[in-house]
Amino acid sequence: MVGQGLKYRDDYRNATFHPQVFLMWLGLVSIAMLFAGLISAYIVRQSAGNWLEFPLPHIFIISTLTIVMSSATLAWAYRSYLRGWQRSYRQGLLLTFFLGVAFLVMQYYGWSELYSKGIGISGNPAGSFLYVLTGLHALHLIGGLFALAVIVYQAWWRHVQMSQQQVIRLKIISYYWHFLMILWIVLYGFLYFTR
Amino acid sequence: MAKVQALDYDVDKYLEEQGYDDHFHEHEHGDKYKVSFISKYIFSTDHKTIAKQYLITGMAWAFIGAFFSLIFRLQLGFPDMDLSWLRPILGGWININSEGVGSLSPDFYYAMVTIHGTVLVFFVLTAGLSGTFSNFLIPLQIGARDMASPFLNMLSYWFFFLASVIMLLSLFLESGPFAGGWVAYPPLSALPQAMMGSGMGMNLWLFSLVFFVVSVLLGGLNYITTVINLRTKGMSFWRLPLTVWSFFVTAIIGLLSFPVLVAGFVLLLLDRLLGTSFYLSDIFIAGEPLHHVGGSPILYQHLFWFLGHPEVYIIILPAMGIVSEVMSTHARRPIFGYKAMVYSIIAIGFLSFLVWAHHMFVSGMDPFLANFFILFTLIIAVPSAVKVFNWITTLYKGNIHLTVPMLFAIGFVSFFISGGLTGLFLGNAPIDIQMHDTYFVVAHFHIVMGVAAFFGMFAGIYHWFPKMFGRYMNQTLGKIHFWLTIVAAYMVFWPMHYLGVAGVPRRYYTFDSFVNFSQFDTLNQIITIFAFVGFTAQLLFAFNFFYSIFYGKKVSERNPYRANTLEWSAPTNPGHGNWPGKLPVVHRWPYDFHKNGSDYRPQYVPLDPDERDVH
Ligand code: HEM
Ligand SMILES: [Cu+2]
Repeated sequence: MVGQGLKYRDDYRNATFHPQVFLMWLGLVSIAMLFAGLISAYIVRQSAGNWLEFPLPHIFIISTLTIVMSSATLAWAYRSYLRGWQRSYRQGLLLTFFLGVAFLVMQYYGWSELYSKGIGISGNPAGSFLYVLTGLHALHLIGGLFALAVIVYQAWWRHVQMSQQQVIRLKIISYYWHFLMILWIVLYGFLYFTR
Repeated sequence: MAKVQALDYDVDKYLEEQGYDDHFHEHEHGDKYKVSFISKYIFSTDHKTIAKQYLITGMAWAFIGAFFSLIFRLQLGFPDMDLSWLRPILGGWININSEGVGSLSPDFYYAMVTIHGTVLVFFVLTAGLSGTFSNFLIPLQIGARDMASPFLNMLSYWFFFLASVIMLLSLFLESGPFAGGWVAYPPLSALPQAMMGSGMGMNLWLFSLVFFVVSVLLGGLNYITTVINLRTKGMSFWRLPLTVWSFFVTAIIGLLSFPVLVAGFVLLLLDRLLGTSFYLSDIFIAGEPLHHVGGSPILYQHLFWFLGHPEVYIIILPAMGIVSEVMSTHARRPIFGYKAMVYSIIAIGFLSFLVWAHHMFVSGMDPFLANFFILFTLIIAVPSAVKVFNWITTLYKGNIHLTVPMLFAIGFVSFFISGGLTGLFLGNAPIDIQMHDTYFVVAHFHIVMGVAAFFGMFAGIYHWFPKMFGRYMNQTLGKIHFWLTIVAAYMVFWPMHYLGVAGVPRRYYTFDSFVNFSQFDTLNQIITIFAFVGFTAQLLFAFNFFYSIFYGKKVSERNPYRANTLEWSAPTNPGHGNWPGKLPVVHRWPYDFHKNGSDYRPQYVPLDPDERDVH
């Protein structure tokens, strides 16, 4: 079958260091480097002067709380799965998904607020950078939502079984999701303090 | 030299008695049963097939890139030559004047230089070199069944393929592909109206490279994870062959630097498509001011070279690994200073992140800051020199077999020295300010990176061809290929130093208006002639390669070179999974040549009671 990997026994490795989980960690490193590149560009550009200062939209505070909560609900879902608490597993996943969507909606409101104040994507680079950083973050989050949707679908419309493979899958998505939460806090803090 | 026993080890016996049983055969379905043509040769997840796909795609690009270089060399060597005969191939790229004389249009001269650089750096020497050999050798040499994620590995190739298709399409645009140089500096790359290739050509160039980066990252994630997680029993890090070490560090460098290039590209794309001003400021086109204010083109240069410099090591490190392996095997000598080699690879990898601005000494950067980059640039010469010293010492007193891979490995060292020395000149800002953007730089990087990496690649192809295709390449043709290539390469690039010192700038279509450069007319003609000689030699290689796949001499023994590494313990044509039964277990480092009276001891041979694995 196309794309079918080799099946061989790898029980001499524990699940934290499972190759697939490790692959995700490395993927996160590369995403972190993408943002590190942009942030250093931001700093270099800002120090060159001609930089517009403007307050961040207030809704970003609420969106920050939302994404932190979504991380917490996902962690809750994961623990519930390990303990076999099916109901809270399902609910936790669904909640995470909706909180993720809510976060995106709030980001959108934040952007339109900025836009209505005359800070567009083109124009002073201070604004452009904000859109790029938060926009790329949102794009990554949308990717995560797709993955979550698959898992939510399985949890609600398929029989939930305990399996090592599922634990690994949940681990991978959790790492990704928590990473995006931390990334957002870093970005928000960065934008807030270095306006 | 002491007499040694030419042993033959009974691999199967060792594997059966000592091997590690991972119950592979109990699980192996799918591949054994459902081998349709598509899943075996096209959407294959077998790392060995993917390696071949990388190699052959890389070779195709090498010929396209080399073909372009011949055309622009014709322009440089023989600017008055009638090129109308090229019209059937190049179409509108050749202008025909009223007298029927054809000449290369300046716009397409720039396009060819640009595509030549892009394609050779990224598609050939990154994908074609580390893509091929990391894929082929990592699982086989560490004793793994395949990569950590064969599926992502397959995706990695197909993203490369997609990038290739997009780049290829851009060659057929009426306005031509991107023409602003492989480094794609703004404003030429940021303003669609800047030059012919800056519109659609640049869009395709950018998309192609973004897909390419995805491919590199997917590949790299896999290489790192595989090396860390899937080594067979006994294969500690200090027992890894130097090839694997170099692929490993290469992948880490790529993982950390390519995303930064994407960051640079994202901003570039926004400047192009949404009118932002990251890289653009105060620009007038035909007297009309553009609305962009406050951007800085230097910012792009920083982001580009933060990848760009590590990229040159992404290219050279795999070649270095291959050369170490080939030299040791064909000189029947343990590699000299194995640990020093490993530390040098790591040191080079680390330092390569601290030197990028040596490409920007003339960009108006703070001269105080430049000192920092001069310092680290010169420090990088130290681990480089350590490696050269170790290669030479490995050969010293070795039982050198001048096989084709060995010749290319020696050629590699020669080029690496010649080109590295000029790097020291360029690394000093005071000298570089004179030399920058002259043919001296062209000479430097073609010798140290272009030719040297190709020699490493050739060494690898000739050496592992029997493992890849179960047949040998023709050795006589290989030797002719070697001698023609080394002579041609030196004759092409050596004279460029003289041009550069005299101040001849690179990337010029013609030197008509510089009277004193006419002294170099003959030299330029010689260079062009040797470029053709070199190209012909590559045709010979391609013929040898494809002919040997089908009609080469068959490999009759499993370990034809009496090498120590694990790939030679697998059957000559291993299926998916590499070892039909148990996995080899490793007892020693890979360079036990000429030890305790035996010519070689493969890694799967247990230590004698009185023997120790020290190195
Ligand atoms: C001893 C070590 C080396 C030093 C000190 C060194 C230094 C330099 C410097 C200062 C430049 C900039 C020249 C200019 O544009 O004015 C340069 C260009 C370049 N070097 Fe090196 N280099 C070294 C080794 C290497 C190696 C090992 C490679 C590749 C494998 C390499 C590849 C390149 C390339 C590709 C360029 C030109 C890029 C371009 O402008 O298109 N160098 N080198
Ligand atoms: Cu460099």
